[in-house]
Formats: sequence, C-alpha cells, structure tokens
Amino acid sequence: MLRLSRGARLALMAIVGLILLFMYVPLFVLILNSFNESQISGWPIKNFSTKWWAFARNYQPIRDALLNSVLVATGAMIFASILGTLVAFAMKGFNFFGRGTVNILVVLPIALPGVVTGVAFSNTYSNFLTPAGFNIGYFGMIVAHATFCIVMVFNNVFARLRRMNPNLQEASADLGAGLWQTFRLVTFPQFRTSFAAGALLAFALSFDEVVVTIFTAPPGIDTLPLWILKEVGRPNQASVVNVVATVVILLSLIPVYISQRLTRAQEDER
Amino acid sequence: MTDTTTNSQPRSVRRSRPVSSYLLRRPKLRLLALLALPMTWIIGVYIFSLFLLLITAFWNVDPFTSLVSPGFNLENFSLVLTNPSYIATSVRTLLIALTVTLVCIMFAVPLGIFMAKIARPWLRNTLAVAITLPLWAGYLVKIIAMRLVFTEEGFFNWAMSPIGVRGPGFSVPIVILTLTYLWFPYMALPVYTAIRQIPPNLFDASSDMGAKGFTTVWRVVIPLIVPAMIAGSVFTFSLSLGDYLAARFTGGATQMIGSIIAANINLNPPVAAAYSMVPITFVVIYLMVARRTGSLERM
Repeated sequence: MLRLSRGARLALMAIVGLILLFMYVPLFVLILNSFNESQISGWPIKNFSTKWWAFARNYQPIRDALLNSVLVATGAMIFASILGTLVAFAMKGFNFFGRGTVNILVVLPIALPGVVTGVAFSNTYSNFLTPAGFNIGYFGMIVAHATFCIVMVFNNVFARLRRMNPNLQEASADLGAGLWQTFRLVTFPQFRTSFAAGALLAFALSFDEVVVTIFTAPPGIDTLPLWILKEVGRPNQASVVNVVATVVILLSLIPVYISQRLTRAQEDER
Repeated sequence: MTDTTTNSQPRSVRRSRPVSSYLLRRPKLRLLALLALPMTWIIGVYIFSLFLLLITAFWNVDPFTSLVSPGFNLENFSLVLTNPSYIATSVRTLLIALTVTLVCIMFAVPLGIFMAKIARPWLRNTLAVAITLPLWAGYLVKIIAMRLVFTEEGFFNWAMSPIGVRGPGFSVPIVILTLTYLWFPYMALPVYTAIRQIPPNLFDASSDMGAKGFTTVWRVVIPLIVPAMIAGSVFTFSLSLGDYLAARFTGGATQMIGSIIAANINLNPPVAAAYSMVPITFVVIYLMVARRTGSLERM
C-alpha cells in the first residue's frame, strides 16, 4: 500500500475537494441562474422565480431551435449508426491492408479541431457546391454532424463484436441461413445493446455540438447551442439563456445515462 | 445414384441463397461491400473537403468583387508564416494548449492517487462518475457557466470578496482555466486507470527500501503513468489548440488560432484555409510524437 502521512492525506483530500468544486460550482451557478427573476444573470441571486422557464416554453425561436437540434441529431444518429456499424464489421471480420488507415479515418473528424472540420465543410459547400449550382442547405449540417458521430457508434459496436463468439455465425451458415438471416437472427441480437448505446452517444454528441454547426448551419437556422451562442454574445447575459443551457445539459445527459445503463446491463448479462 | 441424392434433399436448401453462397466464398467482395459506403462518406465527403480546403489556400480573393477566384499563389501561406500577429497568435495558442495540459496533469495525478489508493470503493466509484459526468454536460454550456462564475458581478468575485481577492477578469488565465474545465476528464480518467493498475507490491517494495510517500509518488508512480499522461494530453492538447469559443467568451480580447480562422472564413476563405493548416500540422506532429512513445495503444 501507498503510505502517506496524515498531512499528505489531508492535502490530497483538499485537492480532490477543490477539483469537485471547480467542476460542479459553475454548473450549479448556471442552473440556479435559470431561476433568477432578474433579466440579467449574476451572483448572488436576489429573487428566485420560474418566469424565464415559462417564457422559454412559449418563445418561438427557442422551440424552433429545439426542433432543429432534435432533427439534426436524429439524422446524424441514423447515418452514423449505419456507417459506424459497417466499419465495425469490416474491422472485426477482416485483416486487410490499410486497416490502420481506416481506423484513423474514422477518428480523424473528431481528432482534428472542430473549427478545421467546420471550415472545411463550409468551404466545400459555399465555394464549390454552391457555384456548381447545388445548394446543400440544411442537409449539409446533418452530413457534417454524422461524419464526426461515426466514431461513437464504431467504438461501441466494435468493442462488442470483438468479444463475440464467431462460431455462432459459422454455425448459422452451416445450418443453411443466408448472410442477412444470420445477421438478423444471430449477430444483431448479440450487439444491439451496444448499437443502441453508441447511437445514443452519437445523438448526445450531435445535440451538444456547436463549432462545426456554426460553419455548416444554413442562414437563419439555429440549433439550441447556436441560439445560446448568439444570445450570449450580447453584453449582459440574459437569464433565459441559462434556461436553454439547463435544457441542453438535461437533454445531453439523458441519452448518456440510458447509454451507460444499457452498457452495464449488457455486462451483467454475460 | 447422383439423381437420388439430389432429389432426396429438401427443395428449399438446394436452390436457395445464391447471393449468400456467392458472397460467402468471396471475403474480399464482402469486405468491399462493408467498406464501400462508409469510406465513400468519409473519404468522398470529409477527406475531399480537407483537400479542397488545402486547394483553396492557394487561391486568392479578388479585391474588387471580393469573390474567391482560383489560382496558384503562396501569398496566403507566407502571410500566415511571416506576419507577426499571426505568429504571435500561433505561439500564444500553442502555449495556452501546453499550459492547459500541464494544469490538467497537476490536478489529475493527486486525484488519481486519492481515488486509486486512498478512497474507499464507494467513494472511488462516486468520484469516477462525478468526473465523467461533466464531459457530457454540454461544451458551450460549460463555457457560459465559466463566464457566469468569472464575470465582474459573478460568483468568484462574490465568494472571494471576504478575503479581498478579485478575479483577473476575462483574460488568458481564465481561458486556460476554462479549457482545463472543459478537457480535464480526458486527462483524469486515463491517469486514474493507470495508477490503479500499478501492482500494490511496488508500493510495499518502495516503502521497505525506506522511501517516504512523496518519494514513492515521484520515483515510482510518476514514471509508470507517463504513457497515460501522454494519452490524456493528446486530448487536452489538441482540443485546446483548436478551440476558440473559450477565448471568445472568457478571454476578453484574447485571440487564438481558431478565432482568426473563424473570422476569416467569410471575408477571406483562402487565408482561413491556409491558417487551418497550422493547427492540423501541430496536431499531426503531436500525434506522431505521442505515437512514437507507444502511448496511443492504451487508448
């Protein structure tokens, strides 16, 4: 065991406490400020009220932004799920030349800075596609999001496939099942939990993303983070922004929570 | 003879699944079928876009029409590499990213030691969740939360007023703090995992040989967790390097590489494109160095 003096232990505890304060105080300040009656956020909060929540609920730009966020995240999730699963199957079943490259290609969109990815897409859309007479518009945002979400589904599905027993698929083929039938009846049931967990993470990642969105969102279209971004640029932060920010926290944490639960349930099964 | 065996087989098996049996015998074709769609997407859309960005970096903007016009000149690159303000921004960004990485390590090591070696199991698990959770609390949300804490009338100045301390206002130190806040879990988790994996008898050996707690940490723990630190630093470094919203909202007038790229993308896309190559280069160099140390295989 590591033997530390009493003083050293206390110092460590103090540091851990400081880290926890550092990680959670800002979030609590933000969430509490969504109940600030005053229009301008600040600290300490003098009067609490739910009026900004009520206001946000019926404020049309916020509702539009929420709808856009959900649409984009759902679209990105669907594309990323299909593409990520395909790559996972290729990486699992085959040892081929360029395997490492494929791995890097999947990780690259999330490894490179968001501003580079965003600028690259924006440049392609506005300096190449639009002059060529093709206006990609709303769909361009979904394409960009799906690209960096692939890795989420890939990681989850690949990790599960690696631990799966390949004999079952062979047995299924020996018994006369076709590839699709084997996939549907034998393979998919074994990895569908990881698949769902990965898809939910992809949804959360897309829902939360802002940098790539800045450059790929068509004019006049806001997602929730984009709406926050525009509002918070004003000199005094309005309390209604904190309401939307709290909603973003909740809506990103719920998919992640379910995803973790799914992964844990699967681990218990085995 | 042959006829009877053929006839005795069930009909459905004999002539079924021509596609499956064809594919089953051809693994290369199956691989191609699996990879065709994803690779078309990633290479055809993403890599191709990066390539077009590189091409655009050689173009210029017509000063009269302010439209992008194709061509070939190295002006944008020479601007990015020789203009003092661009160089200063590159160096500042690099230093910020390195400082963020160092600060993350300085906090991750004591936290990891506490979690792995001192905390009871329930506390260890609680802390593990507590550190992972903010990772998903929203990137922009965390930036504006930091903005609320460090603003003039904010939480920090309120909490510190009894002891007469005032925050520095929005500036480079707050940017570093915000970036640390954003990416700290990426460092804390691998470092904690690595410390947990150190065999306990190493600690016994160290203390048998007379080393005190700090000596053991410095001479035994730190050298063993360097690969984990490098793995974590890939995230803290490259994510900080490309960030610009933290600087925009908590940095006052602080500019980072991303700020300049973002400001130029509509006004002068070729300059933005040329400057984008700077963070790409930094990240690729860092990844290659990290790869040579063999730390990436742990990720």
